[in-house]
Amino acid sequence: MMETAKIKVKKLNLYYGDNHALKDIDIKIRPKAVTAFIGPSGCGKSTFLKTLNRMNDLVENVKIEGEVLLDEKDIYAPGVDTTILRKKVGMVFQQPNPFPMSIYDNIAYGPRIHGIKDKRKLDEIVEESLRGAAIFDEVKDRLKKNALGLSGGQQQRICIARALAVCPEVLLMDEPTSALDPISTSKIEDLMEDLKKKYTVVIVTHNMQQAVRVADDTAFFLLGELIEFRETKLLFSYPQDKRTEDYITGRFG
Amino acid sequence: MNDNRDLSFQWNRRKINDVILYALIYICASLSVVILVGIIAYVFIRGVGSVNIGFLTSVTSVLKGTVGIAGNIVNTVLIIFLTMILATPIGVGAAIYLNEYAKPGKLVSLIEFATETLSGIPSIIFGLFGMMFFGQTLGMGYSLITGSLTLILMVLPLITRNTQEALKTVPDGYRQGAVGLGAGKWHTIRTILLPCSMPGIITGVILAIGRIVGESAALLFTAGSAKALPKTLTGIFSKIFESGGTMTVQLYLSATSEGDFDTAFAIAVVLLILVFLINIGTKKLTKKYDVTREK
Repeated sequence: MMETAKIKVKKLNLYYGDNHALKDIDIKIRPKAVTAFIGPSGCGKSTFLKTLNRMNDLVENVKIEGEVLLDEKDIYAPGVDTTILRKKVGMVFQQPNPFPMSIYDNIAYGPRIHGIKDKRKLDEIVEESLRGAAIFDEVKDRLKKNALGLSGGQQQRICIARALAVCPEVLLMDEPTSALDPISTSKIEDLMEDLKKKYTVVIVTHNMQQAVRVADDTAFFLLGELIEFRETKLLFSYPQDKRTEDYITGRFG
Repeated sequence: MNDNRDLSFQWNRRKINDVILYALIYICASLSVVILVGIIAYVFIRGVGSVNIGFLTSVTSVLKGTVGIAGNIVNTVLIIFLTMILATPIGVGAAIYLNEYAKPGKLVSLIEFATETLSGIPSIIFGLFGMMFFGQTLGMGYSLITGSLTLILMVLPLITRNTQEALKTVPDGYRQGAVGLGAGKWHTIRTILLPCSMPGIITGVILAIGRIVGESAALLFTAGSAKALPKTLTGIFSKIFESGGTMTVQLYLSATSEGDFDTAFAIAVVLLILVFLINIGTKKLTKKYDVTREK
């Protein structure tokens, strides 16, 4: 079903101490498409998402085996600079987490890490990123105001803009709408349509309808295993595995 | 079953208990206010008459016939400055290490336990140690630097604990957000964690300054009690290695060995005003540095 892969994962195993949390994951993620990870709570979908930009490095007692290839380069190889990796593979979290500073400084935070200091260049990036996250018009008159004064949905789009500001190639989204109201949710879902024109988007969701609405491909996880991974339409219409069928028809979850 | 009682108010046991309890609470509350106001009023009435420009800008001298605490004010400022310029970075640094770098475990809880115990030790013990170690062993004698080094030991726990508490309240989401954008640990600390913890750090620093201003026991036998003003501007630096009494120490001496209660109460007035200003300053500063506030 796919020609080239942006991210290729080979035989990935992850342990939290003695807990074998991810088992032999093999997956190829298409560029410039939305890939959704679905599955019941605790199935490892969020954990797997975090292995794709090494956010698990922050957690203690994690052991990872296998390969994660970004454009054919292993991101777990020795000598990989996580700063550059995370610039290429950005992340949006479940809880909107704008920094307690102005909207402008939030967006400029990433570019500043990567050495951009020129005021005019930063202005440009801030506007472009806010437009990219479909929030520019709502905040253009209050860029110097604290981002914590925005609504939850606006905050989440600020976080998306903040991730876009470092020009990532891949955007990981960990249940980005689960803390939001339906209107904010649909705004962010619409946004994903635009985002996939420029970025490879991977989204974790526990909302199957959301996967159907936004994702080109969908992967179903259960108890740390990747059960089935296909085009979204096919996965939901003709599930190959009994467990996938049981899950998407609501027999458990 | 219907309740046949009418709705008019009737005293019963429960209502009487309520009234008694209310009365007790009000008495307790007003007592604490009355005590505070009483002490302040008493000190002001006895001392405010002696506070004037001359008192604040001259040094007590039998030859010139002047009474003043200018020397003690300079000593106090110097001791605060010396102590805080060393204690703040060490205290904040220790807190950052404990909270962000050290792996949680036995060592960290041991250090936390030690700092907590340290802050409960009577100040006179710090004074005794400071006199013997800094004064005698290291040969610094009675001097502002001996006093400051002693006070650093005393106020470090205050700064470390307050900074640590502040760091603990920074949501993990901020750390993840910064790391997710490629920020390194130190960059995250500098740009996110420290600004977020500023109100807590300021509280710690101000509490420490308050403790220094109010300290007499530990300073009496480390910094001494000289009250002369430095004669030249460079004299301020050499003053660091000379004996010097703070306002609190002078208050103690005035009220005991010198028997000069006018001066003692006048110093008390100055100290009370200072404490009041410090409290207002803290409120203003913590508000100003509260990054979560909509600006």
